[in-house]
Amino acid sequence: MSEPIVTLRNVAKSYYRDSLEIPVLTDIDLEIPAGEFLALMGPSGSGKTTLLNLLAGIDRPSSGEVIVAGENIAKLSEAALAKWRSRHIGLVFQFYNLIPVLTAYENVELPLLLTGLSKKERQEHVGTALSIVGLADRMQHYPRQLSGGQEQRVAIARAIVSDPTLILADEPTGDLDKHSAEEIMTLLSRLNSEYKKTIIVVTHDPRAAEKARVRKHLDKGELT
Amino acid sequence: MFVLKIIIRNTLRHKLRTALTILGLALAVMAFGLIRTFITAWYAGAEASAPDRLVTRNAVSIIFPLPLAYKEQIEKIEGIKQVTYATWFGGIYIDPQNFFANFAVDHNTFFRVFPEYIIPADQLEAFESERKAVIVGRKLADRFGWKMGDQIALIGTIFPGDWDFIIRGIYVGRDPSVDETAFMFHWDYIDETMRQTMPPRAGQVGWYALRINNPDRAAEISETIDARFDNSLAETLTETEKAFQLSFIQMAGTIIAGLQVVSGLIIGVILLVLANTMAMSARERTPEYAYLKTVGFRPFHLTGLIVGESLFIAGWGGLLGLGLLFAVSKPIGVAVSVFFPVFNIQPVTVLLSALAALLVGIAAALFPTFRAARMRIVDGLRVVE
Amino acid sequence: MIPISYSVRNLFSRKITTALTVLGIALVVFVFAAEMMLSSGLKKTLVATGSDDNVVVIRKASQTELTSILQRDQAEVVAAEPEIAQGTDGSPLLAKEIYVLINLPKRKNDETSNVVVRGVNAKSMELRPQVKLIAGRMWQAGLSEIIAGKSVAERFKGCGLGETVRFGARDWTVVGIFEAGATAFNSELWGDIDQMMSAFDRPVYSSLTFRIKDLALFESMKSRLESDPRLPLELKREKTYYAEQSRAMSSFIGIMGTVISIVFSLGAIVGAMITMYAAVANRTKEIGTLRSLGFSRFSILRTFLLESVIISLAGGILGLIAANFLGLVQVSTTNWDTFSEIAFNFSITPQIIYSSLIFAIIMGLVGGFLPAVRASRLKIVESLRAV
Repeated sequence: MSEPIVTLRNVAKSYYRDSLEIPVLTDIDLEIPAGEFLALMGPSGSGKTTLLNLLAGIDRPSSGEVIVAGENIAKLSEAALAKWRSRHIGLVFQFYNLIPVLTAYENVELPLLLTGLSKKERQEHVGTALSIVGLADRMQHYPRQLSGGQEQRVAIARAIVSDPTLILADEPTGDLDKHSAEEIMTLLSRLNSEYKKTIIVVTHDPRAAEKARVRKHLDKGELT
Repeated sequence: MFVLKIIIRNTLRHKLRTALTILGLALAVMAFGLIRTFITAWYAGAEASAPDRLVTRNAVSIIFPLPLAYKEQIEKIEGIKQVTYATWFGGIYIDPQNFFANFAVDHNTFFRVFPEYIIPADQLEAFESERKAVIVGRKLADRFGWKMGDQIALIGTIFPGDWDFIIRGIYVGRDPSVDETAFMFHWDYIDETMRQTMPPRAGQVGWYALRINNPDRAAEISETIDARFDNSLAETLTETEKAFQLSFIQMAGTIIAGLQVVSGLIIGVILLVLANTMAMSARERTPEYAYLKTVGFRPFHLTGLIVGESLFIAGWGGLLGLGLLFAVSKPIGVAVSVFFPVFNIQPVTVLLSALAALLVGIAAALFPTFRAARMRIVDGLRVVE
Repeated sequence: MIPISYSVRNLFSRKITTALTVLGIALVVFVFAAEMMLSSGLKKTLVATGSDDNVVVIRKASQTELTSILQRDQAEVVAAEPEIAQGTDGSPLLAKEIYVLINLPKRKNDETSNVVVRGVNAKSMELRPQVKLIAGRMWQAGLSEIIAGKSVAERFKGCGLGETVRFGARDWTVVGIFEAGATAFNSELWGDIDQMMSAFDRPVYSSLTFRIKDLALFESMKSRLESDPRLPLELKREKTYYAEQSRAMSSFIGIMGTVISIVFSLGAIVGAMITMYAAVANRTKEIGTLRSLGFSRFSILRTFLLESVIISLAGGILGLIAANFLGLVQVSTTNWDTFSEIAFNFSITPQIIYSSLIFAIIMGLVGGFLPAVRASRLKIVESLRAV
């Protein structure tokens, strides 16, 4: 079997509040092969968002190794980590986090501004990403002019535009109605099956988790 | 420029807030500029002084007179081009509220020592040949609606009695820094009357003003003059015109210091208003900043956005403020012309105001920038406003 | 009505913004109070200088002692008037004085300033009971000796006890220091009038001061003497005379202060408005919730106005506390009416405190009004839908 794209070894994470140690994740071991579509499930407070944050490189573990695409990101400096993220990670959030003063096109273009691509090249990538999510005709619209489902699709386009190694989604359907939620999960599924993207979704919604190929449960900081 | 585009759109997120901030800044910049203009107006007299003029006055106090006899002796001193004299008259025109400076001068020499008062030759001649003639400044004439040939009466205070004059000339200043509110008449007119009514007071002048050939020799000539009259009944103190003017300005030194303090405080107000707005805006955009960081943007990118927006707003505030300053300074200048005959906005003031706006723009962005740069992504994403 | 604690807690939840707004208002109130304290301090010093029963006589239209000249014979005519009270020795309690300005260097730097020298006699001391010798002794007749007001002794070179100062072509020894409460006399040098008249070669007086038997007689005496063609004189109650002395400076300070305060306050009001608008925007959902629970539009209006007023009142108190420390500062400047140096303090009065607090509250009301109105007019359904 080829090397898994993500490996977590002995990972633990604790928070400190007033010198009190609150463990969130304990002794996590996980391997994710490339091209996987994984759903991480668990009740609120189980630490799934924390785990996602570690995978995304936006938080560091208290101990253990986080190896993504052959690199132990827990050891990288802040500057290196930022650069690494821009190349390897696409993030989707529950509340979309689109920049309200930018159009759909400009929002999707954002991650590309950190690369050395020319304006024309960026245009191509953005056009492609928006077409994949089916919003090419809404390029010039601002977030406030879009429905919740459409906003989330823009967010997904933004997450895939730089062709990252991993797509990580934190409760992507949490704020959507049943119909839109269905749409989003179908889209993610397509990205996985047609475009071979590795996708990890954190959710507490069993219907959303159904679309994934593998399901894992996180309870009180432990993976099952 | 993409960054500029985002900055402009960001300021338009809350149009009312941005408009109010710019307004608040503009008002404060205008106030700052006004106060500085008051301060520079105070020093206008000293700035306008000629480097080749000296003033000789009674060493004990300007209040005490000098004998007319000194004139001949001063004229004999080497290096002196022209000597004239003047006495502060302090006359009241109808009501003490109508204050303006009025002097009795040596009608033959005064305007040669002060060439910055420009008078048509025929008017000067008419003035010189008539005992009760007076030459007034243009701004003064405008203020009271005086015209050539008008008869003006002053009530004497230092020289008691009623004195009448007839306007034979109206002068204009050679440049904007020259006072156009003075009133000059013949010293002989006073002296004549004093010889009849109060003989001990005749033959005395307030001070001498002299033009010298070489400004570099000012200190040397001053000493020579004072040495000449050392140990006499009326010892003299000779100094450059600038020093003389400064000694008067210094009388209001405390008030000027107070105004400097206030102008500093105004900068504080400017800063607080802008800092408040920037802090609020930055707080509201915390999740956005967090997202940008996840994508890989570095703290200095965020700094650019925040400082850029702050400078953008400060820039508009400063511009509007300067515009208001220019608009408002004319009418104010007229209103305070009694205290400040010369009231102009100096280039230095414009520069300082612009600098103030710039510094405030940077300072107001410091804390939000610091906060955004240091914020942990996970904390930023977690914020729900 | 919505409880006040709701308003207070909301202010605390947005610490930075609240703090910045409070500071802005404090700054404005500080300047406002300081300017009023300056005016009141100046007036207090000058007004305290006059005694109720004293009358000052100067030359007509001369305005101040500085430019006034009275001849000896004129002084004698006045001294013979019946309304003048009797001194302890039975003779009329009338003092003839001369008032001269000299130029002296300050102690702290070499800048010079004008100082008043007043030639007085024994009657002068009797007429001014607030003047007391606190060190040294009175001058001896016939000698070049003077006494110095406390303020002059402290701030000018050569005017301390035992020191020598030069003017009128003579050296004078300071043999005593006097204090005169919070009056203009503190800024003067006093000496024997005969010595002064000879040193300055001035055989005339500047002014006369006398005690009137009964204030009711003042008006008739004034009109009688002033209409006498032989006497070009003017009579003023001492208190009036000194109050008028500060006119130019007081009005200047007053005008400058008012203009500055207005502009400052506009800046602070704008700051308050920005803060309150943001508060309303951020709590739109809350407001919708409160309205749906049954609270009236007016109660919402009141709440937000209250928050604005709390901020401005806090700023006002802070500004006043800071201004209070100014009371420790002594100011000295040249009085433009008399051309001489005068020293005074910033003085805070209950009136200034009230005015400042009211000013602060008004700024809060004006700044908070429009945002509060907007809050009260939000439609319930829309606000509940807000994020």
